[in-house]
Amino acid sequence: MIGSILLMALREIRRHGMRSALTTLGIVIGVAAVVALVTIGRATTAKVTADVAKMGNDLLTVMPGAERRGPMSSDARPFTTADVKAVKREIGSVRGVAPVVNASALVVAGNTNRTTSVTGTWSDFATVRGYEVESGRLFTEGEENSSAAVCVLGATVTSELFGGQDPIGQSVRVGSISCNVIGTLVAKGQGSFGADQDDIVLMPLRTVQRRIRGTDDVNSIAVSASSDAAIPRVKSQLEALFRERRRITPGKTPDFNVRDMKEIAQAMQSITGSMTALLSAIAAVSLVVGGIGIMNIMLVSVTERTREIGIRMAIGAQAHEVLLQFLLEAVALSLMGGLAGVIIGLGGSMAAIAALDLPLTFAPEIIALAFGFSALVGVGFGYFPARKAARLHPIQALRYE
Amino acid sequence: MSALIELRGVDKVYGEGDTAVHAMRKVDLAIEAGDFVAIMGPSGSGKSTCMNILGCLDTPTSGTHLFRGIDVGNLSLDQLALLRRHALGFVFQGFQLLGRTSALENVELPLVYQRVPAPERKRRAMEALAEVGLAGREKHTPSELSGGQQQRVAIARALVTRPTLLLADEPTGNLDTARKFEILELLSRFNRERGLTVVMVTHEPDLGNHAARAVIFRDGQVESDTRLKPLPHAEGSASEGA
Repeated sequence: MIGSILLMALREIRRHGMRSALTTLGIVIGVAAVVALVTIGRATTAKVTADVAKMGNDLLTVMPGAERRGPMSSDARPFTTADVKAVKREIGSVRGVAPVVNASALVVAGNTNRTTSVTGTWSDFATVRGYEVESGRLFTEGEENSSAAVCVLGATVTSELFGGQDPIGQSVRVGSISCNVIGTLVAKGQGSFGADQDDIVLMPLRTVQRRIRGTDDVNSIAVSASSDAAIPRVKSQLEALFRERRRITPGKTPDFNVRDMKEIAQAMQSITGSMTALLSAIAAVSLVVGGIGIMNIMLVSVTERTREIGIRMAIGAQAHEVLLQFLLEAVALSLMGGLAGVIIGLGGSMAAIAALDLPLTFAPEIIALAFGFSALVGVGFGYFPARKAARLHPIQALRYE
Repeated sequence: MSALIELRGVDKVYGEGDTAVHAMRKVDLAIEAGDFVAIMGPSGSGKSTCMNILGCLDTPTSGTHLFRGIDVGNLSLDQLALLRRHALGFVFQGFQLLGRTSALENVELPLVYQRVPAPERKRRAMEALAEVGLAGREKHTPSELSGGQQQRVAIARALVTRPTLLLADEPTGNLDTARKFEILELLSRFNRERGLTVVMVTHEPDLGNHAARAVIFRDGQVESDTRLKPLPHAEGSASEGA
């Protein structure tokens, strides 16, 4: 019986092709918007996660200054090389520890130059931050200890200063010192904040401290945990160690903080997540508007087909069968709109994902949800017109002109 | 012995108070199975109201309407629908076919509600169309058929369920004289050959005189009730004199 009634409903939709298409437009747009927004949102989140992974997923950074939003307070005591050595000596479950001293310097090679970020560190830095050597080598322990004038160039610096030439063995001037290029790094691409992670020159820690910065300060300490699971433990050990070394009594706010890439990643994911949710909620409103459109047309249709309803009732249709017919018509309309919306939404988001160079992701549960929601809209907004049809009196309906 | 249909003291009032209209007043009427009854009378005489009650489309305000001994007035709307679905067939003045729908689908419609499976539905609808002389016109929509042909489709639709009672409300109202008698002949043939009970409302005396019995309404009451021909004898139905 439902099969026959469904067939009748589908035939009716086909009979009014243009009207049916326009009726479902609201649902089509609503579903397409929800599907596209959620798919693009997912892709953005996946990209953020991938970007963070590029920086080193297990990365913890110890920085001076209390944990707070906004710029770091500059009055906090900086770290020293001894602090870094203590971390290396006393913290377990660690893959690598690297001090970081930052300086901005003009790098000159031949007649080209570039202002870039110079990082003084140990060769462990590559392991900790996930850099790989493209050609040449990183500095040796001997070079680190003797504050040798050697440097390793990031991919952007290499291509800017040397173009296609091999920089290994060439001499560049970093700030006021002349140093020998011993290696280049594999390109990492943009970080999650849009910063170019390849616009970097690595030099031994002591070289930067003594010959460029002129202090023994260490700006921050990068630590990479041996596994995801070890991160919380390493973090608490680091906190305990620095409380002790910096003599922070329990209960007092420490003048340093330990940052965990995971936390940053989660914070960013929750931002993209809530943006997606907000936009989808707005898109969902258009689904409701689409439902009202269906209700409108179904009401018109019931009035138009009053005599048909009278005929059906005269030949023995029960009220609930008439109700079912009009309800199925509304549900079929909104499901068709939902299907078209899913196709358009997926197509649109694929195009956007390709254009924005985001990773390809699918959100099957959103497709199911959008589909289910459009069925719900069909039932919800189809019920009132269908009930109106079912409540007609056969004699009056037959006489309706 | 009991009649197929019995109206006992049926009153039908539309509206209330001062504006109330008495469409039927204390009507007593019994119709035997297999009869061919013409209900006649001027407009406003109550014949259409009587038709709606006989067709179980409406229930009396007071009085009793028995169909096969069942008190129709006590049935729910759904039960009335079931009674119409299984026992009654309707032919209307305006044909009342579904527009933009083929003759075949129009005739299949009552079988859909009887939950007859699709292949059997199609076979029976084809047979019914052939019986009314419309073989080969199954795919035509009402707008592609003449008035007479449309009324034949309506008759096929009314008879495809093999009802006990056929109610025809001015079945020839929209047709020219030649077509009128064709439709009338079709109804009498089903009455003769199948023992189908036919109740036909008409305001044209020459059509009414072809029936076996003429009931004339005036002011909501039966003015005259004349047996014109003996109760047609049909197999399967009891042959009882009026």
